Amino acid sequence: MTLSRRTFIATGLAAGSVLHAPVVFGQSRPKVVVIGGGAGGGTAARYLAKDSKGALDVTLVEANPIYTTCFFSNLYLGGFRDFESLQHGYDGLAASGVTVINDTATAVDRQARTVTLAGGQVLSYDRLVLSPGIDFKDGSVPGWSLADAEVMPHAYKAGPQTQLLKQMVEAMPAGGTFAMVAPPNPYRCPPGPYERISMVAHLLKQTNPTAKILVLDPKDKYSKQALFEEGWQRHYDGMVTWVGPDFGGGSVEVRPAAMEIVVDGEVQKVDVCNVIPGQMAGKIAQIAGVTDDSGWAPVDPASMQSKLDANVWVLGDSSAQGDMPKSAFSANSQAKVAAMAIRGELTGSRTFPAKYSNTCWSLIAPEDGVKVGASYEPTPDKIASVHSFISQTGEDAALRKVTFEESLGWYAGITADIFG
Amino acid sequence: MRRRHLLSALVLLAVGVGIWPGAGPVAAAPIGDAERGALLFARQCSACHQLGKGAVNRVGPQLNRVFGRTAGSVEGYKYSKSMARMGSDGLVWTLDTLDAYVENPRSLVSGTRMAYRGMKDAEARSALLAYLREWSDKPQNIPEAEPTARASGLVLDPAILAIQGDPDFGEYLSSECTTCHQRDGSDQGIPAITRWPTEDFVAAMHAYKRKLRPHPVMQMMAGRLSDEEIAALAAYFTTLD
Repeated sequence: MTLSRRTFIATGLAAGSVLHAPVVFGQSRPKVVVIGGGAGGGTAARYLAKDSKGALDVTLVEANPIYTTCFFSNLYLGGFRDFESLQHGYDGLAASGVTVINDTATAVDRQARTVTLAGGQVLSYDRLVLSPGIDFKDGSVPGWSLADAEVMPHAYKAGPQTQLLKQMVEAMPAGGTFAMVAPPNPYRCPPGPYERISMVAHLLKQTNPTAKILVLDPKDKYSKQALFEEGWQRHYDGMVTWVGPDFGGGSVEVRPAAMEIVVDGEVQKVDVCNVIPGQMAGKIAQIAGVTDDSGWAPVDPASMQSKLDANVWVLGDSSAQGDMPKSAFSANSQAKVAAMAIRGELTGSRTFPAKYSNTCWSLIAPEDGVKVGASYEPTPDKIASVHSFISQTGEDAALRKVTFEESLGWYAGITADIFG
Repeated sequence: MRRRHLLSALVLLAVGVGIWPGAGPVAAAPIGDAERGALLFARQCSACHQLGKGAVNRVGPQLNRVFGRTAGSVEGYKYSKSMARMGSDGLVWTLDTLDAYVENPRSLVSGTRMAYRGMKDAEARSALLAYLREWSDKPQNIPEAEPTARASGLVLDPAILAIQGDPDFGEYLSSECTTCHQRDGSDQGIPAITRWPTEDFVAAMHAYKRKLRPHPVMQMMAGRLSDEEIAALAAYFTTLD
């Protein structure tokens, strides 16, 4: 028998009066719980709900009712964007059919397939998507703990920390010193610390031109290095000093109470200190037990499914997948592969071979934008880079301007893709 | 108005043929039949473009020394946003890029203002390009000048255009596009990709794949798409409003 819309409604009404059919229908829909409403989780939740057309019960758990993107937060530091322009609500996801809960997940029972929230609610799931971003490793920078972030901000999760760092830079005394303790690999947004240096330099050049910027780096090379070095020389000549591991950049202690840093035993007074510590998968991934000794969550390169639990997917910064950088673009790309795979398992929809890609734009100075990107394919061992490109040193101003404008278009595009 | 343009173009044309009668040291590897190209130019191009001695910008930019020139760079000519963007991205007019552009202008520059539907016949295009080439730098004068010999095998195979794409597959593939390109057709910094005629879309993707279009992100994205995947994307995009 074929049900027409009319007979379906009539049957539903008749059955509903006796059997409470709508409730039964509701419970029979497979449940996906997504933890983390950023580039990975927001995209996954929206695509799961939108593409399953109501066949899946999708719940997003995100602590913040308004999300502040870490990507482009450096442009706020540089004065190129309002803070509000980084903020996005979840109405678009709700309109796509996602149930949005503003709470924090505190426990995952993978046997019972439940998630417990701080507010006491317990959510059951058929598939769980974890996209909690990063957390900081204790003891990564001697002398610094999260409790010191009000004095020496990390500003590496966007929000009040970003605003605090900007206020501190603006309040620096004339000729003062801004220090950054750069993170070891792997970390969120590889060019991020260096774009931040560019933005702080841009701000200081206008308001405090005799100020100095000191970068203490445990890495001997970093993303887009030649482009940043060229840009710093061109736009901020003499302002930025980068100290690599050969000169003590890797053995730094900070003293937040005294606003001092100790580089290779030498004590130096600083006015602002931005500590970006070593990183690991977001706490809930650790709690769920899907991370390994590296602190990150290993996943199947073909689907982003956890290697430790077939009912769990891990996306974005938290995942250990291979060659892709930890970026919003990567998380968004991975989320689409994961959403397709999960939908295929739960609803029998068609699945296709995974494709991944990434591009990261950075701003060095007004209208001086650069980019780096690559496409990726799953191999048995890892997600592997297949093609890549990078902006060149010596490019003309017109191309750099177009690249910057393109980055603005990308921000508008990806935030529409994540948040609806 | 139109008649007068045509006449002046014919005068320029006569000068052109007078100076370079089509034979000479480089005639061993000709692009095509330049004399036939001159006639094609007079019929199909000269209402808007001038070429030859004293050529100036009219409805379209003047075309002297077009070979080796960056797209959108003729002084004093107001280009479309799309052409200006291509120039900034690094599109340079060569035999290959001009051939693709003349074949289907929008396959190379989506929002070009050139209201010309394209020259489908490959031999005719070769003739036209041979004629245009006469008015660019000569290899004997400038060793770095653009080649006068034709590259081969760059025309889009009709079999590629005939592939029936799988729209479901295209929908999945399109999610990679929407990280940057917005479905609502916004065109700020990154071009819109909605409402493209299917054939133009396929031609454009292949132009990136063949690196005729210059943008590095798009060369990378299109570079790994198979003919079937491009067809699938085209099939999906035609289902959108």
